Amino acid sequence: MKYFAPSTVEEAAGLLAQPNTKVFAGATDVIPQIRAGRPEPDALVDLKKIDRLVSVQRTDATWVIGAATPTTRLTGNAELVAEFPGLVEAAGLIGSDQVQSRSSLGGNLCNASPAADSVPAMVINSARAVIATANGGTRTVAVEDVPVGPGRTTLAPGEFVVEIEIDRPPARTGDAYLRLTPRTEMDIAVVGAGVRVTLDESGTVTDARVALGAVAPTVVRVTAAEAALIGSKLDDVALAAAAAAASAACNPIDDKRGTIAYRTHVAGVLTRRAAVIAGQRAAEKNGASR
Amino acid sequence: MSRIQVSCTVNGDSVDFLCDADGSLLNALRDELGLTGIKEGCGTGDCGACSILMDDELNCACLIFAPEATGTTITTVEGLADGDHLTPLQECFLEGAALQCGICTPGFLVAATALLQHNPNPTETEIRYALAGNLCRCTGYDKIVRAVREAAAQMREASA
Repeated sequence: MKYFAPSTVEEAAGLLAQPNTKVFAGATDVIPQIRAGRPEPDALVDLKKIDRLVSVQRTDATWVIGAATPTTRLTGNAELVAEFPGLVEAAGLIGSDQVQSRSSLGGNLCNASPAADSVPAMVINSARAVIATANGGTRTVAVEDVPVGPGRTTLAPGEFVVEIEIDRPPARTGDAYLRLTPRTEMDIAVVGAGVRVTLDESGTVTDARVALGAVAPTVVRVTAAEAALIGSKLDDVALAAAAAAASAACNPIDDKRGTIAYRTHVAGVLTRRAAVIAGQRAAEKNGASR
Repeated sequence: MSRIQVSCTVNGDSVDFLCDADGSLLNALRDELGLTGIKEGCGTGDCGACSILMDDELNCACLIFAPEATGTTITTVEGLADGDHLTPLQECFLEGAALQCGICTPGFLVAATALLQHNPNPTETEIRYALAGNLCRCTGYDKIVRAVREAAAQMREASA
């Protein structure tokens, strides 16, 4: 195997034109996969020496997070935490402190585990993936359109995610992500649920996003749960309807982490709890957030 | 296939070593540089026995390709003490019997050092979360947590 550490996106794209060449960010999934017997590529391209891939920038309207940026840079960014506490909590759940020095939004997305914690949290914030294409350009897609199944994405050969774009939230917006794991740390989600809500001045939900992890081959956006929350004041009836919609959207597997029935039930429970937290956070952001 | 030359700083010394592109930093540190304090427990980032500081960030050396170390500054357990003068954390591990077989101890020492660098007064809960990436099958963790708290108290007193 060969190792390359290019310093520009263009250089990386050129290297990726070679056959059986893959990119990596923190390698926290790649190395265990190779050790478990997955065939080694002929060459690996380390994206972490490209400044654009390891940066967190905020403009007036948008956050731009380099795809390979270690999640420690997200949990350590007070402004990002203030605007997207749920997203940062989800990113901070990936592995141990050791792993946090290497794990990234781009890696978590492109590893395409159905249980990836940061992916539902990106989806509820309508995050977009900027993808470098094989012809030297870029294209931008919704994060939810990247994974298509366990370990599989819509990225074409030669493509890689450069950065994640997330529009800054409107006033009175809050997000939350909850996951269920048997252990409190170092575990993989049995179910993950992300909810984001925007309230009007009276506390009525004007916009909502709900996304689930680990209950289907890919992240699941639950528009029926969103519809149940919009127009409500997050009362019991609306929360129960959202929970039921979330459970109905599940298509999970039975495995050692949880049965189909358990996952389906817990998806509703976590959706309800995450909606309450998101609502509280939105209410606390009474004024404009920027 | 020709091997790759890597130059970096390890425990304060400038070092060079040769590695394969797919070699782990863990194996390079142990086999090329003789730093056998760090251990391979799982090789997949679950156990923390190979914990190191790379550019002041806590990492598992088994999750790093050796060529990635180029230009970095690395601290292993061998670099914590000043000669024979152990750090307060190491003394507290000894005094508090915070180890039994010792395989996990280098990783715990490095991870706890990283914690105390940015949090000089951690709660028990904070210590347990910070050390969640380090597994110990002997002690039941209690003596490790107590040793870290005691070391933190001693270090705060010394710097007061």
